Amino acid sequence: MADDAALPADLLPAAFTGWFATRGWAPRTHQLEMVARARAGRDALLIAPTGGGKTLAGFLPSLIELSQRPPANTPRGIHTLYISPLKALAVDVERNLATPIREMGLSIVAESRTGDTGAARRQRQRVKPPDILLTTPEQLALFCAWEGARAYFEDLSCIILDEIHTLHSTKRGDLLALDIARLQTFSPHLRRVGLSATVDDPDVIRRWMGFHAGEGDGAPPAVDLVLGPAGTPPIVDVLLSEGRVPWAGHTAQHAMAEVYEVIKKARTALVFVNTRFQAEFAFQELWRLNEDALPIALHHGSLAAEQRRRVEAAMARGELRAVVCTSTLDLGIDWGDVDLVIQLASPKGASRMVQRIGRANHRMDEASRALFVPANRFEMLECQAAREAIAENRFDGDPPRVGALDILAQHIMGCACSEPFDALALYEEIRTAGPYRALAWEDFEQVVDFVSTGGYALRAYDRFRRIVKGQDGLWRARNADTILRHRLNVGAILSPAVLSVRLAGRGGRAGRKIGEVEEGYLEALEPGDTFVFAGQVWRLVGVTALDVLVTPAPASDPKLPSWGGSKFALSTFLARRVRELMFDQSHWSVLPGDVREWLELQRDRSLIPAEDEMLVETFPRGKRHFMVCYPFEGRLAHTTLAMLMTRRLERMGAAPLGFVCNDYALAVWSLNPMDGVDLDALFDQDMLGDDLEDWLAESYMMKRSFKGCAILAGLIERRFPGAEKSGRQVTFSADLVYDVLRRHEPDHLLLRCAREDAATGLIDVARVGHMLARIQGKIRHAVLDHLSPFSVPMLLEIGKERVPGAAGEMILAEAAEDLIAEASS
Amino acid sequence: MTALARTPAPYTFAQSPCGGLEMEIMGAALRMRASGALLDLAHQALIVADLHFEKGSAYGMRGQFLPPYDTRDTLDRLEAEVAALEPRVVVFLGDSFHDGRAEDRLSADDAARLVAMAQGRTLIWLVGNHDADGPRRLPGQVVDTMTLGPLILRHEPEPGEQPGELSGHLHPCARVSSGRGTVRRRCFATDGTRMILPAFGAYAGGLNLKDQAFAGLFARPPLAGALGRDRVHAVGWRSLTGD
Repeated sequence: MADDAALPADLLPAAFTGWFATRGWAPRTHQLEMVARARAGRDALLIAPTGGGKTLAGFLPSLIELSQRPPANTPRGIHTLYISPLKALAVDVERNLATPIREMGLSIVAESRTGDTGAARRQRQRVKPPDILLTTPEQLALFCAWEGARAYFEDLSCIILDEIHTLHSTKRGDLLALDIARLQTFSPHLRRVGLSATVDDPDVIRRWMGFHAGEGDGAPPAVDLVLGPAGTPPIVDVLLSEGRVPWAGHTAQHAMAEVYEVIKKARTALVFVNTRFQAEFAFQELWRLNEDALPIALHHGSLAAEQRRRVEAAMARGELRAVVCTSTLDLGIDWGDVDLVIQLASPKGASRMVQRIGRANHRMDEASRALFVPANRFEMLECQAAREAIAENRFDGDPPRVGALDILAQHIMGCACSEPFDALALYEEIRTAGPYRALAWEDFEQVVDFVSTGGYALRAYDRFRRIVKGQDGLWRARNADTILRHRLNVGAILSPAVLSVRLAGRGGRAGRKIGEVEEGYLEALEPGDTFVFAGQVWRLVGVTALDVLVTPAPASDPKLPSWGGSKFALSTFLARRVRELMFDQSHWSVLPGDVREWLELQRDRSLIPAEDEMLVETFPRGKRHFMVCYPFEGRLAHTTLAMLMTRRLERMGAAPLGFVCNDYALAVWSLNPMDGVDLDALFDQDMLGDDLEDWLAESYMMKRSFKGCAILAGLIERRFPGAEKSGRQVTFSADLVYDVLRRHEPDHLLLRCAREDAATGLIDVARVGHMLARIQGKIRHAVLDHLSPFSVPMLLEIGKERVPGAAGEMILAEAAEDLIAEASS
Repeated sequence: MTALARTPAPYTFAQSPCGGLEMEIMGAALRMRASGALLDLAHQALIVADLHFEKGSAYGMRGQFLPPYDTRDTLDRLEAEVAALEPRVVVFLGDSFHDGRAEDRLSADDAARLVAMAQGRTLIWLVGNHDADGPRRLPGQVVDTMTLGPLILRHEPEPGEQPGELSGHLHPCARVSSGRGTVRRRCFATDGTRMILPAFGAYAGGLNLKDQAFAGLFARPPLAGALGRDRVHAVGWRSLTGD
């Protein structure tokens, strides 16, 4: 990074220097650096912690350029496009940008455009574009599918990508990268500006931001790196709850009184949890303890939008003392008053934690404060490991992203909707997008064929092509109807179907809306059961096509639906640090006494594996035999591993009966002893061959992946004009389509997409593969007479989890047995 | 549905060795098969409902390219049933074709398979709302309704009590929840006096048996014969949940 001295003195015009002075600020080095890069026409990625004036640094060059523009006779196009991952953030930045524009008296129009923007304003923005447009990746994709997108963006000078670290490794990021490549074609002099929080490897994001046409494959990232100041390290504590850290569980109920006391001492606290159920539970517990009637609110993705807005507004006005929230508040608008972040239950990764901690105290010079509250003993290890990683400024690394082909299909359709395209030129353009740098021509051709005809070996749809190659060699959308339908299905966000939770009115009619739940949220509940939602206890009356009908049940003890654990997997990085902490006995002094004793007991009764080893314990208990392994690779990878292990154990004659998994370990139980099992054979890397294929074929996770890919690629439509499908119908037909396609064309593009998605996501095969390679020759087997201290948390989870195998068949068979009992009673 | 709330008398049924479920309707012995087909034992008649041939290509014509293998897939399963049971008659309970032009879109291969199926047995095509004219070129007889011993077969169930009626049209589905998850499967639905068959077509969706569309069709809470992998599970009304 350059010093102040190295930067030209005239970087800021007088009006800007004066404005900084009236605010009592001096421009920061990284802000000036961004102006210098822009002046040199360079793309730049700015990495700076929250509160570092990052957004202003991104906009400063554009504001200067716009302020120095000569007057024009004709309306001009958009100068700067700002892309935020959140609608609310785009609107917030619009508001923040208004201040310098107004105070410097600049004649610059900056406007946001989101899904919530009114039709009149959208129309006006199209005819008379603002100088600065603030929007989301989804809106940009719609823009790019417009007829006339090229003319609309031909004067675009700058694109600012905010909070890239949250986008670059996702399908939304794929779509955005493709649209950036498109804009660069429309406006070759376009400058790309990325803004990101601190990340493990900035080069991953630099490459994601893209290349320029003509750059060789081996070229270094075309994007300059600008580093902001490091910021004050946060102060992170772990709640020790001496002597009371539970063996198992995810609720941290034992610590609620302590959490409440901490909230009382803070000005405003954000209490982060990992799931919506945990949010409801913690909120309920805190209010039970809330003798001082502190204003404590709840915020999660299942609450009605207006309710969330009310909480956000109260927060912004400084009226709340605490908000219990999920990842819905990971990002977003600036709330100056938050001075403490509490993480209930395990952090799962260091980067997300830094993000969450950054929500407290948006000032550079003051340290943010955070408190980790582990819910069980393994989580105590995890919290300590995360605390140390954060203190050392170390983060989880995201592997470079390979762009998804379903997103590519959506993008190609969008391009055809906008204007006729030449396949080769489009291929070259797509390869300037970071995630698609290595896209093979054959794959591109296959995706074009998929977009055109569905890409089936049986050429059934050649007559009905969605895009058609003309005499001039250019591809065009078939007709206006095709284009309209594409526009209704744009975007990479897959929202699960939601049901409204409503008060049951008279005669079973639906009354006032309380919130929304995702399909499947209440699956385990029967009418008459009580549950917690939106901070209150309700009784389920019934479920109609679109509504969940409930009545208040204030005095009841709610039945808690299964927690399902965290949707975030323990990061590889943090998992390794947990293993290191566990092995290093000299390090145990940071842990509370009861957890230390637990580790010592484990050392004496079984063993503590070295950091690079995997412990496997076998022991009998009751009439069953248990095998517990501790890979520390996250619940998804463990579930996959357990599915595959039980198949092998079956063949080895162990007669496995069931398994449970958490983020740290997995336990399998069987009829026959497993002490003599050849562990090297059991964990051989060939496990990911045929066994995996067989299991995947029937896996509901594959069906879920497939449905997602099919929607994103346009095979299954989100909605038809005039005929909204309910989510449930979509679910059903996607499964039917999956079954038919798998039986008749197993190599089809979309099945390939679904397998790749599942491999990195829902079943995390990639991680299982790395783990199997890691533990070759490093398995430590402890043959025990009875259970070990480490295995207790696992055994406590038994009965709360799904059993393997044909679970669906078993449920039906049980229902049939109920009927027989009913009949013979 | 309040009339259904009274305690039902037990249903009489038996699991057959093939995984099917056997029960009598108006004295006619019927076997529900895990495939979703129904076998009339006395007449050796195989009955299937709502095949919706060429549903995939109907969407394809509109630019939604569902895999064009649904007809082939449906025929695979139907042929397997015919090979296993060697029925004398195959009865299609209507909506065998997804639309009036679907027969024209059948591939030559698929049409030839239906012609071959008609060798040595009779095909009877009841018409439905999707295929009001029935097939024009395929072998077999096109009818509105038919009787089979004490049974009357039609596409769409008639309202009110209809002893002896076999029908399709509604695509019944059973949804069962337990603490460990939820399953939703196609099912036969019967109150012992009439029966509604599940849809047999690969792309045919399903309607929850608790839907209002089934209200008033059954004399008492119906039994669901839910299609499992290799067997039909008899599931009682109390075990079913709505969507």
